[in-house]
Amino acid sequence: MKSRFLKRTVRESLQGYLFLLPALFVLLLFLVGPIFYAIFLSFHKVQLLGTTSFEFVALKNYMNIFDDLRAKIAVWNTAKYVLIVVPCQTLLAIILAATLNAGMKGEKFFRIIYFLPTLTSSAVLTLIFMWMYNQNGLINKVLDFIHLPTYNWINDPSIALYAIMAMNIWSTAPFYMVIYLAALQDIPESLYEAAELDGASAIQKFLYVTIPHLRPVTSFVVIMGIVGTFQLFDQSYIFSGGSGGPNNSTLTVVLLIYQYAFKNMGTMGYAAALAFSLAIIILIATLIQRKFSKEESLY
Amino acid sequence: MKKKLSFGKAFLYGILIVYAVITVIPFIWALSSSFKNLDEIVSGAINFIPKHFTFHNYKVIFVEQGLFPRWLFNSLFIATMVTLLNMFFNSMAGYALARLHFPGKRTIFVVILAVLMIPMQVTMIPNYLILKSLGWLNSYQGMIIPTMINATFIFMMRQFFVNFPKELEEAAELDGLSKIGTFFRIVLPLAKPALAAQAIFVFMGSWNDFMRPLIILSSPELFTLPIGLNTFKGQYISYWNYIMAASMVFTLPILLLYAFFSRYFIKGISFSGGK
Repeated sequence: MKSRFLKRTVRESLQGYLFLLPALFVLLLFLVGPIFYAIFLSFHKVQLLGTTSFEFVALKNYMNIFDDLRAKIAVWNTAKYVLIVVPCQTLLAIILAATLNAGMKGEKFFRIIYFLPTLTSSAVLTLIFMWMYNQNGLINKVLDFIHLPTYNWINDPSIALYAIMAMNIWSTAPFYMVIYLAALQDIPESLYEAAELDGASAIQKFLYVTIPHLRPVTSFVVIMGIVGTFQLFDQSYIFSGGSGGPNNSTLTVVLLIYQYAFKNMGTMGYAAALAFSLAIIILIATLIQRKFSKEESLY
Repeated sequence: MKKKLSFGKAFLYGILIVYAVITVIPFIWALSSSFKNLDEIVSGAINFIPKHFTFHNYKVIFVEQGLFPRWLFNSLFIATMVTLLNMFFNSMAGYALARLHFPGKRTIFVVILAVLMIPMQVTMIPNYLILKSLGWLNSYQGMIIPTMINATFIFMMRQFFVNFPKELEEAAELDGLSKIGTFFRIVLPLAKPALAAQAIFVFMGSWNDFMRPLIILSSPELFTLPIGLNTFKGQYISYWNYIMAASMVFTLPILLLYAFFSRYFIKGISFSGGK
């Protein structure tokens, strides 16, 4: 009896491992292994010519970050980007979701329309916007038509990053809107009825019933937003043809990591150190955000 | 009272319609540009209906630009393979973590959760070196194998299977089916909605991915659409009519996918966004 039971547990264990085998293979070779490999790389100078060679340089890669002017510019651009895009896209997502949830006709139709940018690849979106941002393009024509100043969106260093920001707020807000919509549908109707009995206006109901109930979701959306915006790459790569220009104005941390790892010779270890620092910054930003929103029931 | 209500409604409709227009205009503008000839593109007129409607741009990218169809094939092939493998492997892993008992299960689960938090830029550089030493740079397997599982969806499938009614599996087991048989014949077919949501997001992720192919692929014959499109832009720098036509071809498969499976899209997002 006992051995039969034992046989069963052994068999189940084997089945468990069998089911996990493909996942474990990829997990170890391409995810967990590389994390340790990245730590190793960040302490070495890596030469890629012929056979890859490593030279131990201790903390030198990390120290170099502080002397690197382009790294400072990239960090500043990325920080500006995160601080402007995350609040804007979150707010826009709440407004759109609340509007869609107000029991309007054609809700489904609008939802389908709004979802289009989320489906479309960043490469295509960036090209479409570059076409519209053209000096002689649609956006300038419209601005001109309503007597607003026009800009050289792509080539003016003081504008280029804002052009990318506008595009990304436009393209990601609807994604978060869907998350908010799901959350809005879970708020009990009785709360609104009670507020109504107390004489609350529509705006008061929104501020005192809806917003507090959306706090856990907002926390999730802001964290996802922070993680996403810190990793800005595709748009600035395509926008600037890989350079981060004009005049480094669209240079982001990830674009800089890419350049050091794959475009420059002998700076792969430095790129790994930058990548690690980015991961730590994202982690810290996420922790701070969580502390602020005091929301532990997230998962 | 009634009048005030309808004013509020009108205001809300105003917001919805204005934002719908803001969303749609870039797409319509791109679509219309893809049917214009170069003269009209250069003139900078803002008419949405082309004066001289032409398929010329599409003909050029498919016939004269020989690599474009190849890029389309590469993207379709890689995204389809990645999606199928993910559906099987993530579900199998999720099922094992939810239902089977074996030593080390908790550790593996914690590792998967931890991996979710690591930004891909950290693993990208070592991945490049690993693929290099495997000789998989610039190859289909270099694009497919590292992405054939996804920690997010292993996690999602586990949550799905934890809440899955146990009785069905027990009944199947009493009927003499093995665990593996139960999984493939009973559990997986009943997991269709979760599988559909997963498939859509994995396919979209692979189809739209820019950074990975940019790093791994170097010969133009192996390029996927995002990378191909980017080099295409460099080559035809001021031929926005061609670039827009190529962009539209690139977008169409995802729109079709969306049209067929739209309810799973929304479900899938609420899955990851919910509690």
